[in-house]
Amino acid sequence: MSNASPANHSTPVDHGLLRFLTCGSVDDGKSTLIGRLLFDTKTILADALSAIAKTSQKRGMETVDLSLLTDGLQAEREQGITIDVAYRYFSTGTRKYIIADAPGHEQYTRNMVTAASTADLAIILVDARKGVLTQTRRHSIIAHLVGIPHLVVAVNKMDLVGYSREVFENIMRDYLEFAAKRGIKDVRFIPISALNGDMVVERGEALDWYKGATLLDILENATLAHDEHAEPFRFPVQYVCRPQDSANPELHDYRGFMGQVESGSVKAGDAITVLPSGLETTVKAVQLGGANIGAAIAGQSVTLLLSDEIDISRGDMIAAKDAAPDAQKQIETILCWLSETPLDRARTYLIRHTTREVKAKLAAITHRLDVNTLEKRPAEKLVMNDLARVEFKLAQPIFADPYDRNRSTGAFIVIDPSNNNTVGAGMVARGSGDR
Amino acid sequence: MTALPPKNHTPLSHLDALEAEAIHIMREVAGQCANPALLFSGGKDSICMLRIAEKAFRPGRFPFPLLHIDTGHNYREVTDFRDSYAKELGERLIVRSLEDSMQRGSVVLKHAGESRNKHQSVTLLEAIEEFGFDCCIGGARRDEEKARAKERIMSFRDEFGQWDPKNQRPELWDLYNARVHKGENIRAFPISNWTELDVWQYIERENLALPSIYFAHTRPVVRRQGALVPVTELTPARPDETIEPIRVRFRTVGDITCTAPVESDADTVHKILAETAATTITERGATRLDDQTSEASMEQRKKEGYF
Repeated sequence: MSNASPANHSTPVDHGLLRFLTCGSVDDGKSTLIGRLLFDTKTILADALSAIAKTSQKRGMETVDLSLLTDGLQAEREQGITIDVAYRYFSTGTRKYIIADAPGHEQYTRNMVTAASTADLAIILVDARKGVLTQTRRHSIIAHLVGIPHLVVAVNKMDLVGYSREVFENIMRDYLEFAAKRGIKDVRFIPISALNGDMVVERGEALDWYKGATLLDILENATLAHDEHAEPFRFPVQYVCRPQDSANPELHDYRGFMGQVESGSVKAGDAITVLPSGLETTVKAVQLGGANIGAAIAGQSVTLLLSDEIDISRGDMIAAKDAAPDAQKQIETILCWLSETPLDRARTYLIRHTTREVKAKLAAITHRLDVNTLEKRPAEKLVMNDLARVEFKLAQPIFADPYDRNRSTGAFIVIDPSNNNTVGAGMVARGSGDR
Repeated sequence: MTALPPKNHTPLSHLDALEAEAIHIMREVAGQCANPALLFSGGKDSICMLRIAEKAFRPGRFPFPLLHIDTGHNYREVTDFRDSYAKELGERLIVRSLEDSMQRGSVVLKHAGESRNKHQSVTLLEAIEEFGFDCCIGGARRDEEKARAKERIMSFRDEFGQWDPKNQRPELWDLYNARVHKGENIRAFPISNWTELDVWQYIERENLALPSIYFAHTRPVVRRQGALVPVTELTPARPDETIEPIRVRFRTVGDITCTAPVESDADTVHKILAETAATTITERGATRLDDQTSEASMEQRKKEGYF
């Protein structure tokens, strides 16, 4: 991929947008890896480079420290740690990338869950000298739990173990053993040296025994979340457009239901069900900006016109007629608690699921999950960074799918109405609503 | 308008994906907020925002007015463009002027020549209070600056308009939380995930009109500390400087006193795209004289209520 240059912008090939997550601590060379990707794809520009060169010098370093590129806010620099998710961008001309860079420490589970929630792929960094650590397992468990479709284990610092094939293969064996126990499938392995650039964008010469793809090749060829159209059509209504322009009588009866296709696809003529009313009709037109576009796929924001006049407002869902989700007033979930204030059984929270907002109360904490081993532990309360299986009672139903089948209609956030903070992130578990 | 999605379900192009996300965010603002406004300066990012708003809300009107905070130091080409474009779209434009804040005494410059850029925050907060806006939609991008890389798409501001980087709402999936109590405010950034290159590609694809100063033109400038400084009434040449007519274009169009052009022959969007793809200097590095002062200056301004 030596031709990975943004100057190819005019090529007709466009492989879309890939969001990926890098997991690992500073010690694993995560920041160096991101710096390397940005540098070798020529994303880093001269003034940014000269700024980090200056800082490297100020800190008494001999070479330019690429990890400084991902150094964030002044508040964090003062503490010398990363405390929040940062987003970085690069493009190869054929695909655009969004990197979610999350800190790796145990106390930052919530940041990793946040970064993972939108990722199509996760790069899990392993230090070749240290092998599979508790942290590696934790990152893998969270990435798997949050449903990231592709996992790539990058064994970094190969330069420090003499580029040894044996070291790499031992780590791979250890990881696969752990992965099999946790039901983690579809993992790819790659030996790299982020410091020297081997197998990141360029192949380099030190890893001749490795015949697989470079890291960038893996990124370039990974399938996107949007490619998965097997799930039935789901369209939460965000906003209803009723122009009622007196100068334009044609618009008098216009009712456009605006939203994003969260899964599946839709075209004129499709049979749909509207929830919660359960009324059925067909799609009259699919529009964008007031113009017909015929059809739309997952990921597209469009406007639907329906054949019959049905009362629909924000928070309702339009779904495939033969495969509509069930209405649920009691949900089984995996919850990550995000707030410094512990989850309070006595409180009423708000749950936002798609565009729908309902009041919710905790019904039960089934168990807490040990984030390093997935072992189930009894729990009376939940504090920040805890992961747990919990049950909520809802004031009105939501129309959810299990998260492991549908990442959009299986996800929700918990809001504390007293200060409007987002305090929890939840995933609807399989078997929820069966009672 | 956008072409039909391919029948064989190939993925969306990166611009389609970015556009869809931006439309989704604008509609969330419309759905969640009672009284939002869209910040429109006449600059290229906010011009993209208006096209996104058209795609999001037509054939309806925008569910928000356009708001510009005018420092009084904007290029005429840009404010003229701002006015005519708002009119063409048939949308309501509100302009609030920093000079009014100066007359009220809420903005006090250290000296007449001080950049007015950072004082825009005051006028913005005054406009928010005057109209009771609960959300301002802005065209800021995360690739512009380090402080922005960690800012949320729906960014919470307290009653004083302050951003607290250590206390931001977690933002997961595409579930955005724009809830506020009275007096508090959300800044929503629908094109957070766009880069400068994406913006130019979108301008080309959508065939968007821009103020003329984005394109190469000859203008008297002086060279100062590695930047080209346009010679205007507000920014005269210093006695020891030589005025040169140079072919330049602006990469950003902000306050005259702190926006510098770059040397360029690119007089079409296509040529600008080629230059942008091959450029070696970041957008703000090349053109924003105020951001260079301190590595953390944007973070500082945002904490004080800046866009």
